[in-house]
Amino acid sequence: MKSAAFWGVLAAILAGGLALTAVLENEYYYNALYLILQATLMAVAWNILGGFTGYVNFGSAAFFAMGAYTTVALNKALGLPLPLLILAGGAVGGLVGFGLGYLTLRLKGVYFAIATLAMAIVIETFISNWTYVGGARGAYMLTPDQHLWFNSYIQMLFMVMLLLTLAAVAISRMLSSSRLGRGLAAIRDDEVAAESAGVPTLRLKLVSTTVMGAMMGVAGAPFPYFVTFVDPVSAFNLFIAVNAIAMPMIGGTGHWIGPVIGALLVGSMQEIVKVTVSSELNVLIVGVMLVVFITLAPQGIVGLVRKHWQRRKS
Amino acid sequence: MSAPLPLLQVSGLTKRFGGFVALDNVDLHVGAGERLGLIGPNGSGKTTMINCISGALFNDMGGIRFDGQDITRMLPHRRARLGVARSFQIPKPFRSMTVLENLRVPLEYAARARAGQRHIIDEAMELLESIGLKHCAQHNSAGLTQVDMRKLELARALAVKPRLLVSDEAMAGLSSAEVDEILEILLALNKRGVAVIMIEHIMRAVMRFSQRIVVLDAGHKIAEGTPDEIVSNPDVERAYLGE
Ligand SMILES: Nc1ncnc2c1ncn2[C@@H]1O[C@H](COP(=O)(O)OP(=O)(O)O)[C@@H](O)[C@H]1O
Ligand SMILES: [Mg+2]
Repeated sequence: MKSAAFWGVLAAILAGGLALTAVLENEYYYNALYLILQATLMAVAWNILGGFTGYVNFGSAAFFAMGAYTTVALNKALGLPLPLLILAGGAVGGLVGFGLGYLTLRLKGVYFAIATLAMAIVIETFISNWTYVGGARGAYMLTPDQHLWFNSYIQMLFMVMLLLTLAAVAISRMLSSSRLGRGLAAIRDDEVAAESAGVPTLRLKLVSTTVMGAMMGVAGAPFPYFVTFVDPVSAFNLFIAVNAIAMPMIGGTGHWIGPVIGALLVGSMQEIVKVTVSSELNVLIVGVMLVVFITLAPQGIVGLVRKHWQRRKS
Repeated sequence: MSAPLPLLQVSGLTKRFGGFVALDNVDLHVGAGERLGLIGPNGSGKTTMINCISGALFNDMGGIRFDGQDITRMLPHRRARLGVARSFQIPKPFRSMTVLENLRVPLEYAARARAGQRHIIDEAMELLESIGLKHCAQHNSAGLTQVDMRKLELARALAVKPRLLVSDEAMAGLSSAEVDEILEILLALNKRGVAVIMIEHIMRAVMRFSQRIVVLDAGHKIAEGTPDEIVSNPDVERAYLGE
């Protein structure tokens, strides 16, 4: 996509979101949209490490939860405003990402994936025992009174999440066509060859885990205000981690648009099924779709479209 | 007057895999701008030597100096930035990238440290033209033929803009005409002052190319000398033909 077109589309989506808040009152829709956007942001973040760099992270929920619990802790301690909480959540998530990267620098493939899972369990145990943020029993959040010019607080949260998600998509797109992005792709394709081409693979992997962690922390930071009650079960929900993996896989991990397509598709279906059938089915949907795509279209939707184009060209 | 320091100085290099000694106390040196042939039967340790020089493996004993600097424990990407480039015997293309992008990586990472950012794309295209891959610049590298993949492997090493290039059996499987093509490319590169270590089984190519040849057998250096000396060396004959 041409740069001008890309930024035009982003601006249009942002304007569309604003227009929506002016005409649509029903809070249910903002709830659903918020969840879809949150999943998109998580999928885009996961793809930085999983798609661009080729390292599978099973512990996404831990980064998300670190963002959420940073909000809980700092809100209680200092009563910071939301923008600062989001920054702090990003910083903490990035730090955890850096730590994960540092500890697992030399682990490859399945060993790395297992390490991310172990890390998530360690962090969850830690949070569950930290009484200041509610421990295993959880913590209530008061919805602030002010919500700028919006009709309700959820409308504002929706716009905040829209802005964050668009920013993440822009970063992911810039990254994928940059020198840094080519370095990450070289790591994914062949680490030994990347090193001998001059790519500092250890450092770039750290950059990748840090950026991923920061984005996930950002995704989690507004969450306590969205649910108004956070406990480890909701913040470290397996569903968050599964979605973060499945959505990029379904959309296609090789391209920045892949996780966006996957998240919008799967996320919308989940929200629709939630009201029409039941929320229990959500996990089933993503599971079935993941199996179908991994067996029939391992390159995801982006891969299918590419194949189709190439066939039409020749 | 003392002799100038060699560009690459490998001394007493030993590399083990578990209990197996793949290289046993091997000395090797390459002068600036020199053309060295490295030969030996399969499994004699040539690739292992290259892996140690490029940093893909760390040696157990001995030292490696490049341009006067101790690089024994230096990570491979830093060696590449100093100007040590290698091609892989089994091609390792960046499979998700086009042929052109494959060259962008070393141009942007390894070469940039020394050459500065010029027109990366132009340079990559020039390189592809010189090696005969220009027509598939935009093709995906995973779909290349074996021959083209070998060429890409070499082109990517050239894109490091090396001071020392190690080519690990770059000519395996190529036709006679293609072997000559690659030879010309390496000779032209060498004319510009780049030292080259050529590992090759095609004797015609090694003999024509090398100023000096080192022979490995079962992890030991068994001979060293000019091509003429090597051809008439009984130890070498024994190593290749068996007793
Ligand atoms: N990573 C490794 N692990 C274990 N053994 C290895 C490894 N690499 C090479 N070897 C062994 O070391 C010996 C030398 O191999 P190599 O350097 O590839 O030989 P050459 O390139 O001369 O054919 C062989 O016996 C090979 O099996
Ligand atoms: Mg070999």
